[in-house]
Amino acid sequence: MDFRFTPQQEELRREVRAFLEAERKQGTYETDIDAWIEGWSPEMSKKIGQKGWIGVTWPTQYGGRGWTYMDRLIITEELLRYGAPVQAQWPGDRQIGPSLIKYGTEEQRKEFLPKIIKGEIAFALGMSEPEAGSDLAGLKIRAMGKDGDFLFNGQKVWTGGAHKADYIYIVARTDPDAPKHKGISEFIVDLRSPGVTVKPLVDITGRTHLNEVYFDNARVPRSGLIGQINRGWYQIIAQLDYERSGLERVMSNYPLFEAIQDYTRKTTRNGKPLSEDPVIRNNLAELRVEYEVGRWLIYRIAWMLTQGKLPNYEAAESKIFGTAYQQRLAAEAMRILGLSGQLVEDSPRAPLKGWAARSTMFSLAYTIMGGTSEILRNVVAGRGLGMPSE
Amino acid sequence: MDLSLTEEQEMLKKMARDFLAKECPKTLVRQMEEDEKGYTPDLWAKMAELGWMGLAFPEAYGGGGGAFLDLAVLLEEQGRACLPGPFFSTVVLGGYTVLDAGSEEQKKQFLPRIAQGKEIMTLALTEPSATYTAEGIELTATPEGEDFILNGTKLFVADAHVANHLIVAAKAPRGGVTLFIIDAKSPGISYTQLKTIASDKQCEVVFDKVKAPKPSILGAPGKGWLEVEKMLQRAAVAKCAEMVGGAQQVLEMTVDYAKQRVQFGKPIGSFQAIQHHCANMAIDVDGCRFITYQAAWMLSEGISCTKEVAMAKAWTSEAYRRVTALGHQVHGGIGFIKDHDMQLYYRRAKAAEVTYGDAEFHRETVAREIGL
Repeated sequence: MDFRFTPQQEELRREVRAFLEAERKQGTYETDIDAWIEGWSPEMSKKIGQKGWIGVTWPTQYGGRGWTYMDRLIITEELLRYGAPVQAQWPGDRQIGPSLIKYGTEEQRKEFLPKIIKGEIAFALGMSEPEAGSDLAGLKIRAMGKDGDFLFNGQKVWTGGAHKADYIYIVARTDPDAPKHKGISEFIVDLRSPGVTVKPLVDITGRTHLNEVYFDNARVPRSGLIGQINRGWYQIIAQLDYERSGLERVMSNYPLFEAIQDYTRKTTRNGKPLSEDPVIRNNLAELRVEYEVGRWLIYRIAWMLTQGKLPNYEAAESKIFGTAYQQRLAAEAMRILGLSGQLVEDSPRAPLKGWAARSTMFSLAYTIMGGTSEILRNVVAGRGLGMPSE
Repeated sequence: MDLSLTEEQEMLKKMARDFLAKECPKTLVRQMEEDEKGYTPDLWAKMAELGWMGLAFPEAYGGGGGAFLDLAVLLEEQGRACLPGPFFSTVVLGGYTVLDAGSEEQKKQFLPRIAQGKEIMTLALTEPSATYTAEGIELTATPEGEDFILNGTKLFVADAHVANHLIVAAKAPRGGVTLFIIDAKSPGISYTQLKTIASDKQCEVVFDKVKAPKPSILGAPGKGWLEVEKMLQRAAVAKCAEMVGGAQQVLEMTVDYAKQRVQFGKPIGSFQAIQHHCANMAIDVDGCRFITYQAAWMLSEGISCTKEVAMAKAWTSEAYRRVTALGHQVHGGIGFIKDHDMQLYYRRAKAAEVTYGDAEFHRETVAREIGL
């Protein structure tokens, strides 16, 4: 065993930090929570791309660097620590690239990978539908062959960032007569195609991140098909594991964790800093411990990938644990802030930029999006522990 | 980064598992709970033959030249098997402290005997105050000529009644804590076994004018608490390793049971309510494993790890308790019965939780370490 990073990895971490410090100082971005989900800044992503920090694990012939997943983890850890706006690059770097490398054609790789690496294009993920949430394989959207192309009809929902992204990576039904898992295919669709309509949804925080995406006879060329027709369900499984196993599952509201600790050091109550209150000490220490546990559940997956092993139930474990921890963090921050915790960011008196209030609302989504904690527990029990299905 | 065990460690793990499955069945574990000594000299000798007692001590003192991490691997298997007896006391509390704080002479005197299985040692630290702080040490060491006279009471001293030597933490005459290695049969020492939740062999040890000759001082007089702190770090992580092994076994036992137990015409393991209990157990087991091995590895490498040790014990203490509680819930009535193995783990989890600092104790350390 060796729990250390290599000197090169430590150097990489220093470099990423120095870059993020400098960019923040220059005003390119401000630290925010959930900035990998709703921190939209093509400018920032292009800068990160210029540093060569997107798609680092991908083969060099597509512009990648052939680095390990541990290297990628270090970069993403710092992006999340600094709360940098990286929404535009996130899905592409995390899961679209790996899917294209595994299942895409040479033309598709050459077309998309270098642009993702440069931070020039952004993807949304088209998975859920009104009638297909946890039961993703029950999806209904049709992609039927028509003169060599595919004609899309139907609706996606909860599509994060679709109102800003360039493309949607989408799963659709290509054989309605086949058993439900065997008639699904994956596509990349240009969100500006005729027949595609994006309707933003306002979420509990009052912000817009999620969308409905409607397809009305939208024509998608055959070159949009990723991998084999009707094999999409089997192809998507690995992608879901990538989606679930990143550090964002434990660090989405990390800036709030640092901010609330700092707040307790600087705020006095009854003549003493809050940080001396035994309950606060206990609870923040507990969160620190949970954060460490969550980190290792995720480091483990990066290490497995480095060893050429594919994560399976381990990704589910990391997301169940990390997302629940983050909800507890939001709750504890609110508890410490008391009455002021309810103030949202537009309020001049809001402490910690209103992050605690926003996180209290937004963190509800953590245990739902990308696989609910209940579905993931089924995955741990079924795939991990070999328990029988009902 | 490398999160895997070495080939040698994997071999050690497998050997230990096979050996304990054969030599330490649950019938023995149950017998030893009722037994006055709490271990069998036969199994003790076999463990010594395998080189377990000296595994992590240098070859120069008759040891195997292994590292603390190797010992953690072995302890994990012992925790899985609920191994009874004074291994932990002798090796983790006794031998390691001698190795760390002892003079050359003391090391030569004790470590080879420990490695050969001829020496049982333990630590007499805690007192009726039941705290792990220097202020909790009230047993006095009064100078008398070249020697010291010890007076006071130690509580929760594991395996004291079968030990050859005790490491005793005493309040030094001019402040601070001094450690002594005392012959366990010295005149003036008396033992009473405590009845504990885990039926482990903890004792009350009364020191009534016990003579401690000057050469029995371990480490620097008055500076003993520094050694105690290092000892407690090792003991906390070693206990975590045992807990990881126990938790893993409880998970496996519970999942097996859920697959076999039929209700409503189906194995209960097919019901989501049961599956989710088991998934929560699996997450806790994996969570304990990495945070524990991180601390064990750092101790092994001699890297300062106050925070990491505290995080490991804070987490594992409560996670193991949760795992055993869920194990009971899934097992239903049968696990509640003394004949079933489940209760062995539940009771040990509770004992392990409070030993060498409970979760709150260690969270206070974490709070300090993160600058609160």
